[in-house]
Amino acid sequence: MNQKKSDSKKVTKKVFIYILLISFGLMFLMPFVFLISTSLKSDIEAFSPNFTIIPKEIKWDNYAKAFKEIPYLTYTKNTLIITMSCVAGELISCPLVAYALSKVNWIGKKPIFALLLATMLIPYQVTMIPLYMIWNKLGLLGTKWPLIIPSFFGGAYYIIILTQFFKTIPNSLLEAARIDGASEFKIYRSIMLPLSKPALATIGIFTFLANWSDFLGPLLYLSDQSQWTLSLGLQQFMSAHSVKWGLLMAASAMFTIPTVIIFFFAQRYFIEGIVTTGLK
Amino acid sequence: MNNTESKLSKNINQVSSKKTKIKKTSPYKKKVAKTNLTGFLFASPWIIGFLLFSLYPIIKSLYYSFTDFNVFMPPKWVGLANYKELFSDDLFYKSLKNTLFMTLIGTPINLIVGLINAMLLNVKVKGMPIFRTLFFIPSIVPVVASSMLWTWLFNPSCGLINKALGKIGLYQPNWLADPRYTKPALIIMGIWGTGSIMIIFLAALQDIPAQLYEAADIDGAGPWDKFIHVTLPGLAPIMLYQIILSVINNFQYFTQAYVMTGAGSGQYSGVIGGPENSMLFYALYLYHNGFNYLKMGKASAMAWILFIIVAIVTWILIKTSHLWVSYGEGDDNN
Repeated sequence: MNQKKSDSKKVTKKVFIYILLISFGLMFLMPFVFLISTSLKSDIEAFSPNFTIIPKEIKWDNYAKAFKEIPYLTYTKNTLIITMSCVAGELISCPLVAYALSKVNWIGKKPIFALLLATMLIPYQVTMIPLYMIWNKLGLLGTKWPLIIPSFFGGAYYIIILTQFFKTIPNSLLEAARIDGASEFKIYRSIMLPLSKPALATIGIFTFLANWSDFLGPLLYLSDQSQWTLSLGLQQFMSAHSVKWGLLMAASAMFTIPTVIIFFFAQRYFIEGIVTTGLK
Repeated sequence: MNNTESKLSKNINQVSSKKTKIKKTSPYKKKVAKTNLTGFLFASPWIIGFLLFSLYPIIKSLYYSFTDFNVFMPPKWVGLANYKELFSDDLFYKSLKNTLFMTLIGTPINLIVGLINAMLLNVKVKGMPIFRTLFFIPSIVPVVASSMLWTWLFNPSCGLINKALGKIGLYQPNWLADPRYTKPALIIMGIWGTGSIMIIFLAALQDIPAQLYEAADIDGAGPWDKFIHVTLPGLAPIMLYQIILSVINNFQYFTQAYVMTGAGSGQYSGVIGGPENSMLFYALYLYHNGFNYLKMGKASAMAWILFIIVAIVTWILIKTSHLWVSYGEGDDNN
């Protein structure tokens, strides 16, 4: 009798959880449905008072037009060049620094880590104008370099993630190699890096996403339209043609899809990355 | 295991250093110097980057804040004039007020929604991976894309939100055109993207030992008691970190406002912060001062005021955290 009661209680609880999950899930999903739906509608239908999810007349046209009216391919190419360079930059620099902060017992290990944490609190606005002036002096305004070069010096957040991950690799592995007389760089390259592939993948993905959607950087530095990224290009297009919603939504969908694909392929690294950072 | 290992290696170190001390001190010192050099070399990318891209700009921006400066002409020292100008600038106060609204209202809402969703996704039922994906994905949509999408969702006559409100017979605000509703609209949009907060909470929830809940069950604790006495204390350290980061992020609220106010277009010329400047946030006003009006000195003064506010708020949060954060045992084993 009692058993039955607690069983039915469990079922009610489960049903309640599902109701919540599905209703919240729908709320998160609806904007995407609306995005795709509008991207397939003509402008007249988008503004029609009778809303339907499935367009009366499916206009694939919007996607083709997005390529023509917004120089979509150029923007994609620019975004990819910047994003991939930044991924390379962070992947080269961050593990080096993280190694110094986790596996080398040198005098700066703790103070540099503390400094690293502190820099995460500095608002970008504080360094924004002097940085702009530096790039101006170097004659690099209007080029992609101001967006790429800093990544080769290591981002604080990524270094912290890697440092935490490196700490989980047993020191005994490194000691054995040290006793064999391997140089520190050799240990780093042939022991640390191969063991850290999942963490490196996490850093790569986070860097990709951050730079793929960065807006303020391109807004500051890329004045010439031929250099614009997708973020900047789409914003400019929207502010000039704010009534072409079908076209804008098609462009937004294409802009978003790569991030979603990356998420599906790399789901495990997202979770792992967050768990290993642990932020503990 | 690890601990004994490190103790052992420490002992060995001590022994070997004693030995060397008996002979001569220089080989040991040499080894220390070599380790220090190795560490420095490995860390040098970040150290150089810090000096060039953080420390130098921070000092330079403090200097700029005391100058009259428009990029084309060399900076001219004006003392406190920029700060005086700001303190008598209505838009400065407006932008500060708007930003505080987002920080004080937006931050708690985001954290609470993130926590509720994380707890919901932590229940063991079938199909959970699908729900986790669904809840998380909005947070990786590029900000410009999501801002464009939500501008359209908030469209007063054709947008999904007002269509839905109309269906159930509720009041349909003009959202982005009505100064009373612009910031609530931005907060609603923010909720959609709380996936990144949620997933960190989720990871933390999974770290809370199941025995604690079992013990609470034995003590006859209800769901609410468990939440207050097990879940919240378990999340406390991450909570502090999340609050600090959310507050800092909200102080820098920019891209969404820039896109949704249609900045850069002729459409709203003259008004830079949406209807009645209700979306003129601190970082947006700072940007316009610096890069639209070319008042780089004034913008730098704003940046430094922001820096001081963020530093004070962070300091208060950390200093008071012992009042509301109870770190579990063994939280620090570095």
